[in-house]
Amino acid sequence: MDGSISPILLDGPGGARIRNLTRRFQGPAVLDRLDLDIQPGQFVALLGASGSGKTTLLRTLAGLDPVPDDAVVALPQPVAVAFQQPLLLPWKTVHSNVALGLTGADANARAAEALAEVGLTHRLHAWPATLSGGEAQRVALARALVRAPGLLLLDEPFAALDALTRLRMHALVLDLWRRHRPATLLVTHDVDEAVALADRILVLEHGRIVLDVANHAPRPRDRGAVEFLTLRTRLLERLGVYSHEGVFA
Amino acid sequence: MSATTMGRPVVSSIRLAWSFTGWRRLVTPLVLVLAWQALAMTGPISVRTLASPLQVLVTAWGLTVSGELPWHLAVSLGRVAAGLAIGVSLGTGLALVAGLSRLGETVVDAPVQMLRTLPFLALVPLFILWFGIGETPKIALVALGTAFPIYLNVFAGVRGVEPRLVEMGRVFGLDRRGLIGHVVLPAALPQALVGLRMSLGTAWLSLVVAEQINANAGIGFLINDARDFLRTDVILVGLLLYALLGLLADTLVRGLERRMLAWRPQLVRN
Repeated sequence: MDGSISPILLDGPGGARIRNLTRRFQGPAVLDRLDLDIQPGQFVALLGASGSGKTTLLRTLAGLDPVPDDAVVALPQPVAVAFQQPLLLPWKTVHSNVALGLTGADANARAAEALAEVGLTHRLHAWPATLSGGEAQRVALARALVRAPGLLLLDEPFAALDALTRLRMHALVLDLWRRHRPATLLVTHDVDEAVALADRILVLEHGRIVLDVANHAPRPRDRGAVEFLTLRTRLLERLGVYSHEGVFA
Repeated sequence: MSATTMGRPVVSSIRLAWSFTGWRRLVTPLVLVLAWQALAMTGPISVRTLASPLQVLVTAWGLTVSGELPWHLAVSLGRVAAGLAIGVSLGTGLALVAGLSRLGETVVDAPVQMLRTLPFLALVPLFILWFGIGETPKIALVALGTAFPIYLNVFAGVRGVEPRLVEMGRVFGLDRRGLIGHVVLPAALPQALVGLRMSLGTAWLSLVVAEQINANAGIGFLINDARDFLRTDVILVGLLLYALLGLLADTLVRGLERRMLAWRPQLVRN
């Protein structure tokens, strides 16, 4: 442990720094003295079964849950989130959704530019209700990226999409990440997704990080390659869904 | 779809028949009106009981030409407009206070909910004592009647906002004012418009009752006056006018909804 006691929520020196984060609602701790550093520009995937504390960690980093007094949470600002659901405001056009909360004279131009980056220039003035699931999630990505985030939180943003759209979204996210290089934390329960995208993969269990592996394979990654499959098996085993007889879940 | 290649006339005549189904619904009412006219002309229905449709039309024309009908209509519309303006502003204001803050809810919601259980039309005697028999009690009654539906719906609309949208707004840096302006109020708008529609309905109801209070102008007066002279034709003209005004108000709110809620999935054409 780092020794810092005071609660801090301000610009970290480059990367994200979390120390001694404990969250307890009733019963056992949901997050248990969690320490985590994310380097600037690093793409980290966080795996964990339901109830492992993924959501609580993400909510705390997003500023939606309070930081306890004895914890340190120093994050590169601004923090932007793409949620599991797109959560677009249905009464605002796609463009206004992306521009939400932006200030400055160039806000509109920046929003349009972000939408161009996710390939939605032709949907600028569409109502969210007319978008497909993939389009809506791309708008949500544009809304997060337009803020030039220091830390980008991705909360299972592809979980609700069909398999093909999900693969396209993976490519898009990688492309955007390479261009903007925010420190990125992708929360997911999809091991393949984690191995395909991240530099570093964490497994959360009972509120603690029980596995922290680097993944330096060059991108784009071949999902059939031996090292891909080896890492995948290792992670599945750690998550307790893989035995020698095969996959249980 | 195979009919399209060989049978264009067939298809279009089917379309034509379909477009007439709307008109088909008018057949029964038309038959009823004709029967009514026939019964009035042959004797079974006396004009003291019910004037004939033709008589009603003639009377309506006469009253319009003489300027009487437009005058009474204007007076009634003025009462509804004034009462509605007061009632809707009051209801909306109170609902926002109660909906947007815990303190506001404690202070405002309990008394409003209690008052709501009172049938507001029962307050007429009290209103006469307080406001006399002039325009004030009439407008006050409309205002009171319209305040409740809009209050209940705006309050429910504000409280019914999807909490995850509010969280999203917070994550993307909206302060309290921004959240209310960008998220809460637009989310409450559909429900608020339902409230407005209900308020309009109540407004006409209140007007009918209010205009029984010693009125010397207005559609209600026209009807009461006609009763004293056994003029069922004039009474029917008044009733018809009430119905038309209600229909008109409903159409107005529908138009408002189409404009303001263009984003709603069921209204989006794509």
